[in-house]
Amino acid sequence: MRRLLIAVPFLWLLALFIVPFAIVFKISLSDLAVAIPPYTPTLDIAEGWAGLKAFFAELDFENYIWLTEDDLYWKAYLSSFKIAVISTLLTLLVGYPIAYGIARAPQEWRAMLFMLVILPFWTSFLIRVYSWMGILSQEGYLNQVLLWIGVINEPLIILNTNIAVYIGIVYTYLPFMILPIYAALEKLDISLLEAAEDLGCSRFSAFWLVTVPLSKQGIIAGSFLVFIPTIGEFVIPSLLGGSRTLMIGKVLWEEFFSNRDWPVASAVAVVLLLILIIPIVLFQRNEQKQREANQ
Amino acid sequence: MALDVFAPWDDPNAKPLIQFQNVTKRFGDFTAIDDLTVDIFEKEFFALLGPSGCGKTTMMRMLAGFETPTEGKILLAGQDIGAVPPNKRAVNMMFQSYALFPHLSIWENIAFGLKRDKMPKDQIGERVEEMLRLTRLEKFARRKPHQISGGQRQRVALARSLAKAPKLLLLDEPLGALDKKLRQETQFELMDIQETTGTTFVIVTHDQEEAMTVASRVAVMDHGKIIQVSTPDVIYEAPNSTYVADFIGDVNLISGKADPQGDKLHMHWAEGQPAVVGSPLDGATKGQDVHYAIRPEKVSISAEKPENAANAIQGEVHDIAYLGNISTYHVQLPGGQIIKAQSANNRRISRRAFTWEDKVWLSWTDTAGVFLER
Amino acid sequence: MRRMTWFNVTSLTLGFAFLYLPMLILIIFSFNESKLVTVWAGFSTKWYGEVLRNTAFLDAAWVTIKVAFLSSCLATVLGTMAAIVMVRAGRFRGRTVFSGMIYAPMVMPEVITGLSLLLLFISLGMDRGVFTIVLAHTTFAMCYVSVVVSSRLVSFDQSLEEAALDLGCSPVQAFRLVTLPIIAPAVISGWLLAFTLSLDDLVIASFTSGPSATTLPMKIWSSVRLGVSPEINALSTIMILVVAIGVITASLINKRNVVRQQREEAAAEKLA
Repeated sequence: MRRLLIAVPFLWLLALFIVPFAIVFKISLSDLAVAIPPYTPTLDIAEGWAGLKAFFAELDFENYIWLTEDDLYWKAYLSSFKIAVISTLLTLLVGYPIAYGIARAPQEWRAMLFMLVILPFWTSFLIRVYSWMGILSQEGYLNQVLLWIGVINEPLIILNTNIAVYIGIVYTYLPFMILPIYAALEKLDISLLEAAEDLGCSRFSAFWLVTVPLSKQGIIAGSFLVFIPTIGEFVIPSLLGGSRTLMIGKVLWEEFFSNRDWPVASAVAVVLLLILIIPIVLFQRNEQKQREANQ
Repeated sequence: MALDVFAPWDDPNAKPLIQFQNVTKRFGDFTAIDDLTVDIFEKEFFALLGPSGCGKTTMMRMLAGFETPTEGKILLAGQDIGAVPPNKRAVNMMFQSYALFPHLSIWENIAFGLKRDKMPKDQIGERVEEMLRLTRLEKFARRKPHQISGGQRQRVALARSLAKAPKLLLLDEPLGALDKKLRQETQFELMDIQETTGTTFVIVTHDQEEAMTVASRVAVMDHGKIIQVSTPDVIYEAPNSTYVADFIGDVNLISGKADPQGDKLHMHWAEGQPAVVGSPLDGATKGQDVHYAIRPEKVSISAEKPENAANAIQGEVHDIAYLGNISTYHVQLPGGQIIKAQSANNRRISRRAFTWEDKVWLSWTDTAGVFLER
Repeated sequence: MRRMTWFNVTSLTLGFAFLYLPMLILIIFSFNESKLVTVWAGFSTKWYGEVLRNTAFLDAAWVTIKVAFLSSCLATVLGTMAAIVMVRAGRFRGRTVFSGMIYAPMVMPEVITGLSLLLLFISLGMDRGVFTIVLAHTTFAMCYVSVVVSSRLVSFDQSLEEAALDLGCSPVQAFRLVTLPIIAPAVISGWLLAFTLSLDDLVIASFTSGPSATTLPMKIWSSVRLGVSPEINALSTIMILVVAIGVITASLINKRNVVRQQREEAAAEKLA
């Protein structure tokens, strides 16, 4: 009984999560071919041992070398990293005051405000990104308002630039930042702040010396939750970014669907995964530490 | 001796209901139960008493079937139950948290075990009604557990575990969650129910007063071993160790060297003080380390040295605790040791005999306390 | 309690304006008469009519709902099993691998998950369509379900299960009669989460579907790449409202139950 319970989800994930990665890795070592499927070699089991040997002999790291030679790829990785870092910081900047405001709101409002933060998370990601297209475009609502007020004389060009990408990322990932910070701030005992003020801190230094350090775990968790998925983001740069917005998720998609170069797309995926392992492990460790601290 | 006294443990022909035979239970490196052997008889109200971590809960969980012994055997009515899973045992348990199913009504909670036995519907109804009557819960049958009070929940838990008429009922700190007054009332209720149903009860508690009140026999446990198992009065009057004496009630403990003299044992405990005199301790030799335990209420306090007292020591009143019906005097002896003496407050407080720093005499008879080896 | 400071009021106001204005604008302009999305030309519901007459949208919606329903049910079963393994099974060989496999799909970029699953389906020679999308969605949704359910299981009083065993249940019966009804709210929210995740997904569905199956997000994607359109605004509004109504109702029901339970508990203690 217990074995069955373990085996079913285990085998499922093994077959549909681990094995696919093995295949991606294998294809990343193969060569592009005009065939179906569009790569060689394919393993021919009928040929037995000799076939297996021939199969392994044809695998090589060519595609990875290609990734280092064509500057498109490493520029895309670098630019993804840059965009992810900047937008994580921006999300923190926008999210912290909101989380703080909710945590300090009257008790009876908090549940409602909390739900209002979660609600967008349930609605379609695609639609949320799409909603900014009408706002940011050259004849969009934002420009209309700004022109009408008279702040600007000519419409700003925001859509199809990196700025639009930052706005889109901050907007869609904001709940991921707010929730862990709110969870940390909500546990914070107000009397700690009163004690700090009693001991001579100003409001601001009490915030800086007590509130911020005690919400550190939430800040770290929130930053990882934004940073990790942003690196591989595809929808936002495709819809809001321009042709010069380079992000690795977009490159992978185009390599696969437009160029139909599966081996290179696989190599791009493998490298992306290797890059992501570091923050993922750091994130897991932070979560682990928090769990232990709570026990 | 009257024959109708319930004391199967003194009858060599009585068959025990439960036998622990050299049972050891280890969790990793930790030994929870250490080579334990004990018999529990039918219709007993048996209390396992000890501090937390002494192994009493592990013993109970082994009886219920949630843990299996690492070594040794547990017999129920002569049958080894080591390998029997909990759902196949004629043993039921009342949980400390009550473990009432929150999604089921009181009625359904009590009927839960009966339904598992595939009992016919009308019989289930009868049995549940009977249990509701027994625990005075008739009015609450349709309610959910969160709709009744803590005391009522406790009774539901009892009714549910008794419904299947188990050979043995296990009670894990059954009254722990109740406040003091309700707890005392419920203790007597438990005893009544135990007597009416004739079920064997094994109760786990860390509350010595509770154990003494309800149990026919008490097992005092420490570090996975039973230190002493006996009736409450024997445990109180004749503890077999300083651990038991100290665990049950209030006690004065004095340590010294043994000096057997005729049919009495003397104990030298301080320079220039008279020896403590008491009934002998088997096998005590001269000069051996021994301890003397005496209950505060057996120590008399007086202004003058009493005539003919087997033990009399002078000291100074250090502290007085007025508890209403009694007062406890903390008397400091010349060596610095404090001895507690209790006296009943028969007189009004204004006429109390002693006050702080009064010189007083403490005295007791030679049978008032006991000598202990350890 | 401290009074709300101006700073807090302002940051909350601006924050929620930022979160909700874009969607609000989208909803408002879905009732715009004009084909030019950014110019208001009077109230009209004609784009809703267009959406409801557009069979491509309706077909895609039907595929999406089918996929979401099947995958969320499968994911709930598998995710609940995984949660029980994580919380209850204790130590076993491969436990670290197991918990890694549970958490990893949640942080994995969708492009990688999608690509790897597609390559698997191709190398197995499977025909791509509803079935393969269901497999893919089940795989990542089950991880979310298992996190939701296991956080409930952690706080579950195990003595309830022991009581059921003690009263004669087999372990399977104890789970069915006691554990499952009690953790049901968590299982249901796990299901809801899996369902909406599947409804929303564009990237993984694009990779794993074949020509025979187009989901609604894929349909929306191919049309929004060309720019903003009033029809998409109307469709988006319908989707936003359906989800919002569902989530708000669920949380209100939940809140009402909690409040009622607290009130009854207080009443029971007072009566005693």
